[in-house]
Amino acid sequence: MSIWHLILREIFHRKLNFGLGLISVVIAVTCLTGAMTLLRAHDLETDRIVAEREAETAQRMKELEDDYRKMMLKMGFNVLILPQDQNLGDLYADDFASHYMPEEYATRLANSKIVTINHLLPSLQQKLKWPEQQRTIILIGTRGEVPLLHRDMKKPLLDAVPPGTVVVGHELAQSLKLSKGDKITLLGRDFTVTTTYEERGSKDDITLWIDLKEAQDLLGKTGQINAILALECECAGDRLAQIRREISAILPDTQVIEFASQALARAEARNRAADEAEAALLAEKHNRAEMRSRQESFASILVPLVVLGAAAWLATLGIANVRSRLAEIGILRAIGVRGSQIMLLFLQKAILLGLVGGAIGYLAGVMIGASLGDVVVAENGLWAWDPALLLMALLVAPVLSVVASWIPAILATRQDPALALRES
Amino acid sequence: MLLGVQRLTKQYRGPDGRVDAVSEVSLEVDAGHFVAIRGPSGCGKTTLLLAAGGLLKPDDGQVMVEGQNLYSLSPEQRAQFRAKRIGFVFQQFHLVPYLSVLENVRVPSMAWPMENAAARAQELLEMLGMSHRLHHKPDALSTGERQRTALARALLNRPGLLLADEPTGNLDRENAEGVLQFLTQFAHDGGAVLLVTHDDYALGFADRTIKMREGRFHSASEEATDETTNEANVS
Repeated sequence: MSIWHLILREIFHRKLNFGLGLISVVIAVTCLTGAMTLLRAHDLETDRIVAEREAETAQRMKELEDDYRKMMLKMGFNVLILPQDQNLGDLYADDFASHYMPEEYATRLANSKIVTINHLLPSLQQKLKWPEQQRTIILIGTRGEVPLLHRDMKKPLLDAVPPGTVVVGHELAQSLKLSKGDKITLLGRDFTVTTTYEERGSKDDITLWIDLKEAQDLLGKTGQINAILALECECAGDRLAQIRREISAILPDTQVIEFASQALARAEARNRAADEAEAALLAEKHNRAEMRSRQESFASILVPLVVLGAAAWLATLGIANVRSRLAEIGILRAIGVRGSQIMLLFLQKAILLGLVGGAIGYLAGVMIGASLGDVVVAENGLWAWDPALLLMALLVAPVLSVVASWIPAILATRQDPALALRES
Repeated sequence: MLLGVQRLTKQYRGPDGRVDAVSEVSLEVDAGHFVAIRGPSGCGKTTLLLAAGGLLKPDDGQVMVEGQNLYSLSPEQRAQFRAKRIGFVFQQFHLVPYLSVLENVRVPSMAWPMENAAARAQELLEMLGMSHRLHHKPDALSTGERQRTALARALLNRPGLLLADEPTGNLDRENAEGVLQFLTQFAHDGGAVLLVTHDDYALGFADRTIKMREGRFHSASEEATDETTNEANVS
């Protein structure tokens, strides 16, 4: 007959004692695994929220980037390439360059291997009196973007204005009551209005855009332009010097000016948005970390208390079990069962109690933790299955049970068989 | 000599100081003999029996079983020796309540593993007329059946010495006779039986009876004059 045989028979005989012990182990392990599952749920939820916020931020930044790109388009251009001899004071005073350079410069730039510029728009601009309307206007001749041959094709920011058509600035359209399809005459040539712009609050509102070739003809500047607009150039910070070096190497008799305020404003706005997004993310992380810390503190008090309570209860049940088995222990000792075997009788039972209680407690703790954890990311609850936690439960519970049963087991071992037999 | 008790003394602490439960008692029992010790409750006969079985260390004197001084052994060795060579039967039976009859009889094999313990247990139970009760729990047995189960348990490991403490105390005459006849048979088969009792009926089965009072032996012939002798030989 083995010790296990005796243990199992005794368990089935004293079901209440074993059941009460089992409940206490289950409660202790449930608290432990439940608390750990809740913390794990919290971590998972934090990861999910942070990933979501990061994705939102990335998306928002992408949208901002696109917004700024469009705003930049409306606000003007990053870099203006002008003839070398253009006086900037005159440029700012007259709103257009008074010196000219060959249109071929734009082609030369486009055919070069320049890397700091993404879009090129050659133009011929001039402020003039519109004789047919007796209005001062700015006339801009544009051929649209010159494709950069060595680069992948990018979506054009500005389309060309087809010959015979005109794009009208807001103020001119309003005051002259022009709309799409209307016919106008400029310097003796007829044009059809294809677009009227919304109000921009700048000189664009008194500007007419026509085909570059037609503008050159009207202004008597065949093959000439007075500015090349470079869009979306990577000109923030000290890269402007690089752009200037690159352009001057290709077009030595030109100068480059930057619309610094727009470029920096864009970068600053983008940085501020990024900072705010980062701050929001950090605040969320901080908030989650504080919540976790509170949960952890609560668990670090509750779990040891429950475990201690369970251990005390187990010890009490163990002592009661020993007292109710004095005669049995006495006769076992009398017929030659050794003290070490009596000890094993109680400790092996404690191990069995711990293993069963640990397994049940693990399942209960995981289920409770999973249901209270409110984890959105995994609906099937498989996230809560943690073999390491199960292993811990199956180690901790028997250890707890054995420690709690140690004193009763010692009492049983030291029980004087003669006394036990005589008293019973 | 199978059992030899030499000048055994055991004292207990009482409210008025130390009390001699057994005082300088000597006893020898050879194989094949059935010795009964008779005396009133509290005379020290159970103390003597427990000490003779290696369960109660005496304050003085020694106990030899089959030439082995029991109290020169460690507790673990003494337990092993008991498991192999000594069988116990008690008035209260002390059956393990959650084991069946057959399992109760097999319990000593836990202390001293033996081959075919189940077959031996079944054989003993059949000899004792318990074959129809093999799988019953003790609470389903009559007192006579319980004592026969306890007797079978005591004999599982084929001990040389059988110590019986009031084995018939809770039995009716018929069951008591059955148990006592079995003890007699055990002695006739070469074992040694030491029975302590206050039941006069049991004395008729013993080869020799020793009267005990206040921790000492009294020979039957000297009982009338109240003279005592603390040496008893049975051979």
